[in-house]
Amino acid sequence: MLAILFIIWEAISKSGLFPTIMWPPLLFSSHGEATVLGTLFQGIADGRILEATGRTLSRLALGFVIAITVGLTLGYLIARFKWVDDTLGFLVTALQSVPSIVWLPLAIVWFGLGETAILFIVTIGATWTMTVSASTGFKNVPGLFLRVAKTMGSSGFHLLRTVILPASVPHLISGLRVAWAFAWRALMAGELVGASGGLGHLLEMGRALQSMDLVLSVMIIIGVIGTIIDNQVFMRMERSVMKKWGISAQL
Amino acid sequence: MQVELQQVNKLFQKENGQSLQVLENINLTIQQGEFLSLIGPSGCGKSTILHIIAGLEFPSEGQLLINGQQVKGPGPDRIVVFQESGLFPWMNVLENVMYGLLLKKMKRKEAEEKAMDALRMVHLGRFSKAFPHELSGGMKQRVAIARALVMDPDILLMDEPFAALDEQTRMVLHYELQEIWQKTKKTVVFITHNIREAVMLSQRIVLMGTRPGILKKEFLVEAAFPRDPSDSVLVHLEKRILASLEQEMEKVLKEEMGDDYRLQKDAHVSDPLYHLGSDI
Repeated sequence: MLAILFIIWEAISKSGLFPTIMWPPLLFSSHGEATVLGTLFQGIADGRILEATGRTLSRLALGFVIAITVGLTLGYLIARFKWVDDTLGFLVTALQSVPSIVWLPLAIVWFGLGETAILFIVTIGATWTMTVSASTGFKNVPGLFLRVAKTMGSSGFHLLRTVILPASVPHLISGLRVAWAFAWRALMAGELVGASGGLGHLLEMGRALQSMDLVLSVMIIIGVIGTIIDNQVFMRMERSVMKKWGISAQL
Repeated sequence: MQVELQQVNKLFQKENGQSLQVLENINLTIQQGEFLSLIGPSGCGKSTILHIIAGLEFPSEGQLLINGQQVKGPGPDRIVVFQESGLFPWMNVLENVMYGLLLKKMKRKEAEEKAMDALRMVHLGRFSKAFPHELSGGMKQRVAIARALVMDPDILLMDEPFAALDEQTRMVLHYELQEIWQKTKKTVVFITHNIREAVMLSQRIVLMGTRPGILKKEFLVEAAFPRDPSDSVLVHLEKRILASLEQEMEKVLKEEMGDDYRLQKDAHVSDPLYHLGSDI
C-alpha cells in the first residue's frame, strides 16, 4: 500500500504537472533539488528534527500530565458530589466542545506568545475530555464492588485507590487515548502559530522557506509519532486490560 | 455473637415524595453459631434486613444490636456474600481473597498463607493465580465464600449466594457450605427464595410476608447434619412452608395483575406419594 502511494507521488512529481517546489520528489532527485526523504534523514542526522521532536514531546508530556491530574480530580468530584455534577459537570461538557486552539488569543494576552501559552492550549485541550471520561468511569463503578469493599472495611482514600480507580480503568484508558489525541492536535496548532522550536515551528519554517521537502518530512515524523504512541502505548494498555478482565474485543 | 433486630422499620423515599414502607416492626434474634434462613417472595425486604445487619443500610426506626451494642456501619465482623460474586476483575483469585486481610494491615506473607488455606477449604487451591473471568459461576461463588471466610467474621451474611447457579453446582455448594459451617461454627444468615435450599441448610427458617415486609412465621428444621435431601422431615417441612408462602404469593400477584387473578390451588405441588407408586 505504502509502495503504491510512493510510486504515485513520485510519478506526479516527475511529470512536471506541478513545480517541484510544490510537489517535491520523495527519494529520486532529477535536477539536484531537495527530496523529502533526503531532508528527513539529513534533519535527523544533524539533529535538527530530533531536537524539535524532543521539545515537542516534552511540551506534550508536561501538558498531558497536568491535564490528566486535573481531569482525574475534577472527574472524581463530579462523580462524588451531585452539586458539582450539576454545576461544573455541565460547564465541562460545554467547554469540551470548544476546540482548544480557540483559546489561543486569550492565552497570548494572558501569558504572552511563548512556552506558557502553548502549554495552556495543550492542557486545556486534554483536560475536559479527560474529566468527562474520568467522571463517567467513576460513576459506572458497579455498586456491588463498592459494597463488597465497604463490608471488608474499606473507605475513603483506600476505597478510591483499590476499587474506584482500578474498576474504572477501561474508561480511563479510552479517556487517556482521546485526551492524548486532543493534546497532540492542540500542540501542533499551537506550535504552528507561535512557538520557538518544536515540530510545529519547523513546519512553519518550512512554509516560510518555501521548502515543502522539510514540511513533508516533518509531517511524516508527526504521523509516525502519533501512530507509535497510539499503537504501542494506548492500544497495548487497552489490550492487556481487556485480556486480564476477560473482555472480548469482537462484537 | 448475638444479633438482635429490635422493632426495626424501614422506609424508602420514592421519587414523588411518597414513602414506601419496606420493613415493619421486625423483631429478630439470631443466636451465636446459628444457621438462619430468611425466605419470602421477591420484594419482601429480605435483602434489606441483611443489608441492615451488614451495616450497609440503616433502619428508619428501631435498632440493630450486636452483643447488646448498637452498630453503625459495616465491620469486618460481618461479611456479606452477594448473589453475584463481586470479585474484582483486576485482581487474581488469591489477591481477591487477600484483599480484606491486607486491609487489616496483615503482613503480605501471612495474608497469602491464610488466603491459600481459605481457598483450599472451598477446594480451589489450584486456581489461586487465575483471574475471575476464567472461572465458572460456581467457582466464583466459592472464591467469594473464601474471601468472606478468610476475614474470620463472626457472622456470615449470604444474600441469595447460589441463586444464579445451575442445580447441580448448587447442590455441590450446599454440601460444601454445610461442611464449612460445621467446621467453623459461624453464625450464618442466609437469604433465599428457594424453599428447598432453606430447608436443606438451615436450623431455623423465617418466612417473610410482603408489602410491607413482616416476619410472618418461623419454622425449626429438626433434622441432623449433613442433610439428606430425601429426608421425609425435610420434604414435609418444604410442603408446609410452600403452603404458607403461597398465600403471600397470591397477595403479590393479585396486586400486580388485578382482582381477576386467582392462583390455582396446589397446581405446582406434586403429590408426595407420586414416586412411591401411587398411580400403579
